[in-house]
Amino acid sequence: MIEIENVTHRIAGRTILSDVSLELEKGGIVALVGPNGAGKSTLLSLVARLLPLQSGGIQVDGLRIGVAADDVLARTLAILPQELNVASRLTVRDLVGFGRYPYHKGRPTSEDTALVAHALTLFDLDDLAERQLETLSGGQRQRAFVAMAYVQDTEYLLLDEPLNNLDIGTSRALMEQLRNLAETRNRTIVIVLHDINYAAAYADRIVALKAGQVVADGPPDQVVDDGLLRRVFGTDARVSLIDGRPVVLV
Amino acid sequence: MNAWLGLIALAVLASLSLFVGVIDVWQADRHEVWSLIRDSRFPRTVATVLTGASLAIAGQIMQQIARNRFVEPMTAGTGQSAALGILLTAMLFPAASVGLKMVLASLAALGGSLVFFAIVRKLPPTQPLLVPLVGLIYGGVVGAGVTYVAYQADMLQFIGIWMNGEFSGTLRGRYELLWLAGLAAGLSYLVADQLSIIGLGEAVSLNLGLNYRQVVFLGLIVISVVTGLTVVTVGMIPFVGLVVPNLVSQIAGDNLRRSLPLTAMLGAALVLAADIVGRLVIYPFEMPVGTVIGIFGAVAFLWLLYGGARLAR
Repeated sequence: MIEIENVTHRIAGRTILSDVSLELEKGGIVALVGPNGAGKSTLLSLVARLLPLQSGGIQVDGLRIGVAADDVLARTLAILPQELNVASRLTVRDLVGFGRYPYHKGRPTSEDTALVAHALTLFDLDDLAERQLETLSGGQRQRAFVAMAYVQDTEYLLLDEPLNNLDIGTSRALMEQLRNLAETRNRTIVIVLHDINYAAAYADRIVALKAGQVVADGPPDQVVDDGLLRRVFGTDARVSLIDGRPVVLV
Repeated sequence: MNAWLGLIALAVLASLSLFVGVIDVWQADRHEVWSLIRDSRFPRTVATVLTGASLAIAGQIMQQIARNRFVEPMTAGTGQSAALGILLTAMLFPAASVGLKMVLASLAALGGSLVFFAIVRKLPPTQPLLVPLVGLIYGGVVGAGVTYVAYQADMLQFIGIWMNGEFSGTLRGRYELLWLAGLAAGLSYLVADQLSIIGLGEAVSLNLGLNYRQVVFLGLIVISVVTGLTVVTVGMIPFVGLVVPNLVSQIAGDNLRRSLPLTAMLGAALVLAADIVGRLVIYPFEMPVGTVIGIFGAVAFLWLLYGGARLAR
């Protein structure tokens, strides 16, 4: 379980998050949605200890962020950050292999190698395995980084806008894989999404943030409606039910 | 394959280095040749190899830390800071031992690099070319400071030795510190994975449970020790740390576990070749290796800046 208690965060005098408390139970996909600047990425970065906590507390499976050892956390929680190095000349296989670093600390075993090979196949990267990252398209590179987070084999997986740069086919394939991880292996996936329709289609729970506060929280069919779009995003889009699932008509 | 070719090229250059010089080893008397090789040619060859290899590795580490392919210690203020350290040591403690000089030069180099990285951190990541430009200016400012202090203290001739590296003064008993530089550079192979990971950025490093600051600091220590010792023993040799890692990255990629040995080999070969050219071009006089590499390196740097802008991170 991820427990976020009274987290407030300021950057350069501006309040990004104000007194956010949230409990994310184990298993399933939680989508964080909200307009630009709502604090979604900041919240995710705080949970992943990429930013130092200013006030409040966060615990992941009882491990207190800011106190727990980095390598223990690295085996509990993985994050796919938003800004990734695009010009690296690492090969895809090397990059994905570094996902096992928290376990082997520089000395990969045959088990690590096998897991990496499995991940390459799972994310359809076999043909690209020996290519260098800088030669890949944005979408291919994104897939390589997701595969890296996947082999980290953590209970919790945080993804910051993973669908950026992806076309509809790859976006859906990625979300299916995450769905599969959540269902068959009871993994907890927290994902920042811009597209409400993807959130409604694949998430078990949607948490909407606006101006650093949680303004809506619940399963997609209870949260996503005309009112949410008006209050949170300030737009008049209509929401219609298709096959029992809310769909935003853009 | 690449590795074997590199080793052979290195062996050829090293043997050439033993035979090139004012005294012709085929004509001279046998006893004289032996002492010539033992006291001068062999130390010079070893010094050249150690310097080239460790400077190239230091450059590669610096590029990983800065996440920018256009920086290297000798042009971004580390080398100039080391020279400043030696100058101040010579002024304040004229009787300082070589060991103390070495420590103070390395500390000054470390301080210089920390300041450089503190400045560079504030630059916008969308402008990768600003990093080397700021480095060149910063290095220039520190270098000017060195010249000013030396001028005031009437020690200008003294600093010439450190500001433009050369191997003509390398004799048995006067180059052995470079083994330490080689050792420091070699030890970085133990943390090759960690150095590769920090090249992916702080977020990815933290995610993998890596102590980012610790690895960066370790890298900076290697850079500073290598730079400090090189400047103390042979003087500043620019561009090796810039050109070699760039070439190696293109040939062998960015996984340091694979590329560091190649970097060391190519760095050694480059400095050996430049030293041999320097010994031959105005024979029987010598041109400092720093000048030879400066000419070659400046051209290569321009090529990287213009033709290679897409290589920037």
